[in-house]
Amino acid sequence: MNVTEIIEGLVVLLVVAGALLTVISAIGALRLPDIYTRSHAISKSTTLGIMLILTGTLLHFWFRHDHVNSRLLLAIVFIFLTSPVSAHLISRAAYYSGVRPWEGTVRDDLAERRETLAKSAKR
Amino acid sequence: MNELILRTVTAVVTFIIILFGIQLFFAGHYYPGGGFIAGLVTAGALVLLLLAFDIQTVKTMVPVNYRMLIGVGLLFALGTGLGGVVFDVPFLTHAHGHVMLPVLGDVSLHTAVLFDLGVYLVVVGVTMTIIETIGEEE
Repeated sequence: MNVTEIIEGLVVLLVVAGALLTVISAIGALRLPDIYTRSHAISKSTTLGIMLILTGTLLHFWFRHDHVNSRLLLAIVFIFLTSPVSAHLISRAAYYSGVRPWEGTVRDDLAERRETLAKSAKR
Repeated sequence: MNELILRTVTAVVTFIIILFGIQLFFAGHYYPGGGFIAGLVTAGALVLLLLAFDIQTVKTMVPVNYRMLIGVGLLFALGTGLGGVVFDVPFLTHAHGHVMLPVLGDVSLHTAVLFDLGVYLVVVGVTMTIIETIGEEE
């Protein structure tokens, strides 16, 4: 095995792992009961999945075509920064607009805060 | 409501978006990109600022009159066109060549970049005018 084959194997591994993680997050979006667990499944595993696919692409173009694409590096950083924040904002908007968590939930630390916000919104 | 996470991430991400817009603008002659898409990306960064902060804060952060930007961009486009007429060639004929600059050395320059700069300014101006006008209506 020479270096090219090792790199090719690594690229294949990264892209397949990324695609699998994305599929798993899609299954999570279908199977999980409420918006918060869905957001947990979607945000984390798609972020990592897309980052793995982009890393595989970066390595492929780097070693096969001798071209370091800095846009891919930037995209990896950008998705890592922004995707969890968007999930946070969507979950928070859902919580404060009154979406109830799954009935098996045992703890709701923000309930008091939500009540005061709802009262101030009514006034 | 507390917007700390959104504002912190916006402060970091806006610079990445604006740099990407500038890169798209200057790469337009040899790679995909150009004035139109660079203008849209820059306007996107400004819209992200508008989402994270209120309209008054963004106006003090970026003190630009976007309607003036449209006019300046159109003047750039017209000016590059009239530049051809001055040198007795048809309207919108572009010139290019290698120029020795003090710091940068040998640079290949083309007047199409100035036309593209006009497109860029008009696109930023139009997009921001539309969005700010809609946003201001109460």
